[in-house]
Formats: sequence, structure tokens, C-alpha cells
Amino acid sequence: MFLEMVQSLPQVLIDGLTLGAVYAVVALGYTMVYGILQLINFAHGEIFMSGAFIGTALFILIMGMSWASAIPQIIVLILVLVVTACITGVLGMGIERVAYRPLRSAPRLIPLITAIGISFVLQDVVRFIAELSYGNYIVTGPSMFRDQITFKASSISSVFNDASFKTSFLIVLVIAVILMLSLDYFVNKTKWGTAMRAVALDRDTAALMSINVNKVISITFFIGSALGGATGVLFAVQYGTIDPFIGFILGMKAFIAAVLGGIGNIRGAMFGGLLLGVLEMFASSNLSLLTGGVFGAEYKDVFAFSILILVLIFKPEGLLGKPVAEKV
Amino acid sequence: MKGKWTLFLQQKWSQLILFTLFIVVTSSALYFSKKSVIAFLLLLSSLLILHYMNLKNLTKWIMAAALLFILIPFASSGGPAFHSYMEVATMVGIYVSMALGLNIVVGMAGLLDLGFVAFFAVGAYSYSIFATSQASNFMPFGTYPLGGESFWMFLIIGGIVAAIAGVLIGIPVLRVKGDYLAIVTLGFGEIIRILFNNADRPVNFTGGAMGISSIAPPKIFGFELVFPNHFYFVTLVILLFTLFAVNRLEQSKLGRSWKAVRENEIAAQAMGIPLVKTKLMAFALGASFSGVMGVVFAAKQAFIDPTSFTLMESFTILVMVVLGGMGSVPGVILGAAVVTILNLQVLTELTNWVNQLTNTGIISIPQALSPSKMQKFIFGAILVAFALYRPKGLIPAKNKIFDASKLKSETPQKNSVRTD
Repeated sequence: MFLEMVQSLPQVLIDGLTLGAVYAVVALGYTMVYGILQLINFAHGEIFMSGAFIGTALFILIMGMSWASAIPQIIVLILVLVVTACITGVLGMGIERVAYRPLRSAPRLIPLITAIGISFVLQDVVRFIAELSYGNYIVTGPSMFRDQITFKASSISSVFNDASFKTSFLIVLVIAVILMLSLDYFVNKTKWGTAMRAVALDRDTAALMSINVNKVISITFFIGSALGGATGVLFAVQYGTIDPFIGFILGMKAFIAAVLGGIGNIRGAMFGGLLLGVLEMFASSNLSLLTGGVFGAEYKDVFAFSILILVLIFKPEGLLGKPVAEKV
Repeated sequence: MKGKWTLFLQQKWSQLILFTLFIVVTSSALYFSKKSVIAFLLLLSSLLILHYMNLKNLTKWIMAAALLFILIPFASSGGPAFHSYMEVATMVGIYVSMALGLNIVVGMAGLLDLGFVAFFAVGAYSYSIFATSQASNFMPFGTYPLGGESFWMFLIIGGIVAAIAGVLIGIPVLRVKGDYLAIVTLGFGEIIRILFNNADRPVNFTGGAMGISSIAPPKIFGFELVFPNHFYFVTLVILLFTLFAVNRLEQSKLGRSWKAVRENEIAAQAMGIPLVKTKLMAFALGASFSGVMGVVFAAKQAFIDPTSFTLMESFTILVMVVLGGMGSVPGVILGAAVVTILNLQVLTELTNWVNQLTNTGIISIPQALSPSKMQKFIFGAILVAFALYRPKGLIPAKNKIFDASKLKSETPQKNSVRTD
């Protein structure tokens, strides 16, 4: 049993890292908004989903043009990523303006409810549009980066099996790492990043120090949503088929990743995302082995939610977070 | 003229006369027409009018009971659509009771629970496992299925099991607050659904994704309850009990503790309210109402599977509470009724109508936009609009107002003699 688990390890790691990279970038959006507003932006998963749909629509549009075959696919991808990120970024800003800003002083239950409402509206609007234009709301994008690469793990040590992955895996991983690194640079090294950290620390004092709090919050939403949308495109490229309801459960997982790493902590979100992705893949391939066939891969969501509950009970500040004393 | 009219409307007798007229017109319209959803809805709305009338509380309750028990079933029995009316009315009753349960958790105690349907599922499965041969898979003793007489006992068992589930979810959750609580309960709801969905291996508890079918119908004095109108009365009796319980709870010490915890946890704790016990009681009591209705639902459908207990159901109940007004009992009843009727009758009727128009070629609305698919959109829009513009809901919650001077004059005053 142990041998079998080790043998499949390279494949599990590769699949887990892909999924984890997606979780990590989406978790960044949660963690940024939570750091600044102490609000769980439930609609973030739907922004991710909208990004996947906008990206797929753009791909289909560009691929339909005659000159598209002349340019390399990677440039098309970057173009689509940038455009989608801008659109979803503006969408995120709009959501903040409409549904969260008027409620900033309301009890915390109320913005949570508008967030749920917004996510429903987005799901259904995307479904309408997809169903109207394609006749079916489950959309399959054009196939890109489909070359199989075999990773010869058996040549490192004979206990491993060979693993195979598609080119898109490398692209997803590289772009996700670039996104995370540039965000880390932005938050820690630039003027706007400093302003964001200041607002996250203490909104009122930051306002006294002539920081335009509303603008900073808008920018936070823009960046978080742009990252979410771009990840949606990566998801569509990697997994091919998308539907309007992928956002909710993936958003939940990304949130769990954010909590796991320590919510409000950007590096924690990256770490938590990768960890959760690998853990989940490990669980889904090995649960039935570990439990002698009693529990199968269908319990992987139970596994993810159990991680959330355990983390919240035993280490609510997350793996990389610092405990905060409650202000009275 | 307008002033006289308002004065006339304020009179108790004129109100009564107009109300009776309204009831007579709508109920006879309902009785004599073959199928008239509008008349049915108008007759139901008479209960709302009753709520606003200038009468004593006891009179209102008696009139409401007469309407619900006698007039509505009788008036809707006139046409072939009798069963569909009763079906809708039963579902309204079930959802009202569940929404009242969630109202305890969300509205009164301020704990956002996004996995509430899990308790409904627990209740439903507790009856259906034992009322079919399913239980013989893991219970070596006893003969299954249990007979329909056990339904009445399971109403209580379902409530208790759901309350235990509520406490179980409550214990780990007590350490997390606010938004985290929402996510954890959501996760809990999903976990329960996945468990029920997959608990057919290695031991077949729930029938897995296939669900459980041919659940034994309830029996009373040897009489089997099968039709929607039978369940209508069962639901109604349980609902009346629920209403009674909720009203008493709200005015009790526990109910006031819930509200204190909702407003400010730390201050409430400082005032000596036991936080853990108060929150757990909210979870347990809220869940038990839902569990009882789960049993009724399972018996009514005679078939359940995990698709009846999705996240969407949890959100539907949340929409009812938010729409009606968090913490307000009449509001939540109205919210639950409006949402259920919207889902089950209005959207279906609209879809049929649109389909007819499309078929005859008058207008063409693409399938993607058919009203029955708009449910999520409507719910989302309701949630956002109400949170932004009417956060207190359709009928805002009112705290009972005590007149201090009146109370003083009623109670014998010990320190009335002042020493200055």
C-alpha cells in the first residue's frame, strides 16, 4: 500500500501543484480584501468563473479570425490574460462600489448577504449569456497547449512511476508564479502597496495620514479581481470545460487555502493554496487506498472542509499568521 | 373625502365587513373557477390583511385558524386543481416552519448559518431510513420497515436528532465568529450532503445518490395519509405548535439573551449571559424545527435523495428570512410564503404562459431566459436590494415595548416613599 502511494507521488505532485497554483492565486483575492475590509468577498469565486468565461469567449473569437494562426499561441494567451484581467478587475471594482461601499458601517452580516446575492446574480447572468450564445451553458474552449510531456521520475529512483503532464501545466504554473511574485513586489515595495498595508492596519489613521481610503480599497478590489479573472483563464486553458457553477466551490476551496495560510497574509495565501492543492490531490488519489476502499475520491471535499474546521479550531490565525488580540 | 375614508377604515366593524366581503369574493371565486391561481393567492393574502387589522390578538388567531383549517381547504376543493393548491400550501407550511427555525439562529442570535438544510436532511433521512427496509442493512434486530404509525413518534425523534446535529455543529463552531461561522456552516452542510450522497458503501445507510424510495405513508387510527390535503393538516398543526413555541421563546429569558448576544457578544457576556449555552440552544432549537419538517417532507414525497438538500436550499431559506425581516416572526412567515409561492407557482405559471406565447408565435423568448430558470437571479437581486435598501425586511422586527410608568403603577412599590 505504501509502495503504491510512493509510486503515484510524482503524478500527484504535478496535478496537485497545478490545482494548488489556481487555489493560491484565487486565495490572494480573498486574503487582500479580507486584510483591508475584514469582509469575505463571497463573489470572488464568481469573478474567477467570469474570468474563465470571458477568456474562453476571447479565445474562441481570436481563433476564429484568419490571422490568428500566424501568431504564436503564447502571445494569444498573454493578450487574453491581460484583457480578461482588466475586465474582471473593473467588474470587481463595480461590485465593491455597488454592494459593499454603501454598507461599510452596517453590521457585518449584511455585506455578507449582499456578497452571496451578487454571486448568484453573476452566476445566472453568465449562464444566460453563455446559453444564449452557445445554446448550452457548459462551454468547451479551443484546445491549446495539449502536447503531452513525460516526466521520467523512474530515472531518478526506481520507486516512482513516470508522470505525464500537458504543456499547459507548465504555463499555468509559470504564469501563476509570475502573478504571485509581482503582487508580492507590488504590496511590499511600491507606494500604493504601502498605502494598502496602511489601510489594512488601521483605516481611520490611514485616512488621517492623507491616504485616500476609498481609492485604495477600489485598487485592492481591482487587483484581487484581476488576479482572479486571470486565474480563471488559466483554469479554462488547463481543464478545457467550464460551466457557470465552478466558481462557488472553487472559491470556497481558495478561501480555505487563505485561512490555512493565515487570512490577511499574502505569502500565507500562496503557501496555503499550494499546500491545499497537493493535499487534496493526494487525498483524492489515495483515500480509498488508505481506508481500504471504504472512502473514495468523492470524499475529497469533505477532506478540504475538515481541514478548514480543524485549522479554525486549533490555529485560527493560520499557519503563517500571527495571533491578534481582540479589541474591545 | 379622503379623511372620512381613512376614518371609516380605522373602524373595527368596517374593517370586519370589508374583510368578510373580500374573503367571500375570493373564496367563491376559487371554489367555482376550474383553476385560478390568482384567487388562491388572494385568499392566502387575506391572512396578511388579518395581520394588519385593528383587532384583538385572540380574535385574529381564531379567525386565522378558521381560515386555515376550514375555509382554505374547502374553497380550493372546488376544482380539479385541489391537490396542486394543497401541495403548494403544504410546502409553504414546511418552509415557514424551517424559516422560523433559521430565524432563531440568524435573526435572533445573529449567527449566520449557511448549511441549515443539513438539519432538514437529517430529519428527512431519520424517518425514511426506518420507514423503508433500508434500516435492515445495519440494524440486525427489529423488523423493518416500521409501520406508518411510527411517523408520529418520528416527528419527535427527527426533531431530537436534528437538535443533536445542531449541537454537534455548534460545538466546534463556537470558537469562530461572524464570517468564519458562515463558511464553516456552509462546509458542514456540504459535508452532510456528500455523506448522504455516498453512504451506500460499504454499508448501505442512505441509498447513496439513488435516494430512498417508497417511504411508508403515515397512518392515524388505521387511516393512511397519502394525499396532499392530508399532509396540509399535519403541517398546519405542527406549524401552529412551532408558532406558539417561537412566540414564547422570543419573550423568554433565552430569547432576550439571543438578542443580547446578537447585538454585542462581549457586553452580553459581561452581563452574565452564558455565551456557549445560549449559542448552542439557538443552534439546537433552530435545527429541531427543521428536523421535524424534514420528517413531514420525507413522508409527503415518499422519496428523497440528496438533490433535495443542496446549498441552494439553504440559501432559499436564508432569502426567506432576509426578505421577511431578520428576527421578525410575522415577517419571516410572509417571506417564506412569498418565496415558496414565487418558486412553486408564480415562476412555473409564468414559464407555462411564456411557452404558450412562444408556441403560438406571438413573441419568442429564448429557452435560456425562461422564468423558471431565473430563480437564482431573482434571489440574488432580492438579497442585494433588501440588504441595501431595506435591511430590516418587509415586516421589520419589533421589540415588545413596556410602558415604564404603567408597570410601576401595577406593581406594588417598595421604595416609593422617598427620603428627600
